[in-house]
Amino acid sequence: MLFEALTLQLGYNATLVAIGATLLGVSAGITGTFLFLRKRALVSDAVSHATLPGVCLAFLLMASFGGDGRNLLGLLIGSAVSSAIGLWCLNWLTRNTRLAEDAAIGAVLSVFFGFGIVLLTVIQTLGMGRQAGLEGFLLGSTAGMLWSDAMVIAAGGGLTLILILLLRRPMTLVAFDPEYAAARGVPVHLTDMAIMGLVMAVTVVGLKIVGLILIVALLIIPAVTARFWTERSEHVVLLAGLAGGVAAYLGAAISASAPNLPTGPIIVLVSFALFLVSLLLAPGRGVLAAVLRHRRFQRRVHLRQGLLALAQGQPIYEKLTLRLLRRAGLVRADGVATDQGKARAAKALRDERRWEIVRGDQTHEAAAALYDGLRDIETVLTRDQIAEVDSMIGGPQGVAV
Amino acid sequence: MSGEEFVPLSLTPMLIGVFAAIACALPGNFLLLRRQALIGDAISHVVLPGIVVAFLLTGAIAAWPMMLGAAGAAIVAVVLIEAIRRLGRIEPGAAMGVVFTTMFAGGVLLLEQTDTSTVHLDVEHALYGNLESLIWLDATGWSSLLYVQALMHLPVELPRIFLTLIGVSIFIGLFWRALKISTFDEGFARTQGIPVNALGMALVITAAIAAVAAFDAVGSIIVIAMFICPPAAARMMSNRLEGQVAWSVFFATLSAVLGYVLAGYGPLWLGAYDAVSAAGMIATVSGLILAVAAKFGPCRSRTGAPQAA
Repeated sequence: MLFEALTLQLGYNATLVAIGATLLGVSAGITGTFLFLRKRALVSDAVSHATLPGVCLAFLLMASFGGDGRNLLGLLIGSAVSSAIGLWCLNWLTRNTRLAEDAAIGAVLSVFFGFGIVLLTVIQTLGMGRQAGLEGFLLGSTAGMLWSDAMVIAAGGGLTLILILLLRRPMTLVAFDPEYAAARGVPVHLTDMAIMGLVMAVTVVGLKIVGLILIVALLIIPAVTARFWTERSEHVVLLAGLAGGVAAYLGAAISASAPNLPTGPIIVLVSFALFLVSLLLAPGRGVLAAVLRHRRFQRRVHLRQGLLALAQGQPIYEKLTLRLLRRAGLVRADGVATDQGKARAAKALRDERRWEIVRGDQTHEAAAALYDGLRDIETVLTRDQIAEVDSMIGGPQGVAV
Repeated sequence: MSGEEFVPLSLTPMLIGVFAAIACALPGNFLLLRRQALIGDAISHVVLPGIVVAFLLTGAIAAWPMMLGAAGAAIVAVVLIEAIRRLGRIEPGAAMGVVFTTMFAGGVLLLEQTDTSTVHLDVEHALYGNLESLIWLDATGWSSLLYVQALMHLPVELPRIFLTLIGVSIFIGLFWRALKISTFDEGFARTQGIPVNALGMALVITAAIAAVAAFDAVGSIIVIAMFICPPAAARMMSNRLEGQVAWSVFFATLSAVLGYVLAGYGPLWLGAYDAVSAAGMIATVSGLILAVAAKFGPCRSRTGAPQAA
């Protein structure tokens, strides 16, 4: 069943949903990246909640003029207008009052959503029997999606992608370093507005599939996921688009494969699974990589301290140190150094003394700055320089390494 | 309106609304100043999986298991946010976004997967509560307030939210000085020997308890609105914390009463027959209050000095 869903053989509606969701996932992932890099991820939460009154008002307006209140395009235009108003309120509050952005986000989110709910109950009490579709915008509802709905979503997703392609240079610049962007002559404020406009577009397009509460996840999670894998902005953008697309596609397929699996939540959960894998396994920034790095560092410190202790004839009690030394063949089981151990220990002690000289000498200032107690001196100084240092130390030379 | 109609139908919902609003607004003041205002938003989203799990475990809609479940979910969420923020070195806003959307999605999925058709548990209810249904049928008028027998049948939400409000007030009253110092100058608070991290955690937990108790009565939308709007409006009115807290309590009360009245009677005045959502209306009124305060409040500008009269 799942295989059929993945290969788009589960019927007309499921295929429509899967394609629409994938397009949406890609554009949401990419747009969300700019938002995330700009450190304004939660603005999307305010934008998405602010769509509700617009949807309701558009419905009321269309119904009162005798049209079909559920025309998707009309509802989406209404939602875009009200989320734009919400965004304007948000910007006004942060710019003209002492409120921080997070408070403004919360205020806009709750008030617009509350007002939307008032309007929802108005629609219910007006006895408009066919309002059932509107609750679907809270959590998304893909069952019974029409061809025209799918076209609106696909066109919206495609349009968003084209806009992103056109605006990617200034948006990347602004997301990373607004001051530098301003100095280069990029209109920062306009670019910010463009990013927000794209967020709005993604939100509006996504209303039907994932609903206004969960669209935030599609904007935030792929970007955070992608950030684990790379330090380069172009790659983050591409990976976020990929993660968003994959999550949306898989989610839509899984939800089509069995009953009672709502599309929106499944997409979010798949997306979170990708995030979790990245958090744990990503090279560099992942948790596993950090643990391994820590262990490697720990081993180096213990080995180094163990060698110095051997060289100075001090007994070693630390179990980990002893184990590491034994495994490297530097001490015997009873804790006495082997020949190789003695040689390495003497070298370690000599290196320590070399570092001491280097750090005491103004002319080696640059090299001395690299001292961290673990670095091999050969990686910092040339052989001639080491020989020079050794001549300052004097004493026996030529210990076998 | 006569007491015979007002007391059974409107007094208890209104009181519950007021108590819930104040219980959320009090900790909201500190969260706002600490730039943690969106904690309320996150908590109110994760409450849903909490109550669904509690329902699955107990198999019944009972108040205490659900509140425990919700509180548990809130704590899990706070811990997860902190873990993801530290482990992944992600900015707090994004970490919060990841956690609460995922937990909410999990809640919705669980809800769809289980057969809850026999009980009254759905997403809409969780979002905007059911303030209007908390009526006191045993009352016959103002005099009922004096009868023990009638008082026994008050909606259980009323004493519960009242106790929560008392608890929140006691917490803030007891730790007022420490909270104030650590909110404005964390470094100084540390030198004074105030356990800053523990206090911050206690504040978030208090907020979570208030949110869960209020959620039980009025739904999550009021919770978010009351955490942020009254304190934000109060911030425009005063430069002193004492003044801000007092104003926020006033604004919270005003939004609850006005919102409830407008929702219940507003449509009647406009010629419609049915009331609209009280929770949504309370949030809307609090937003209007914030808008007025942001436009005309004496301390609205960022420099903080009161404008010249």
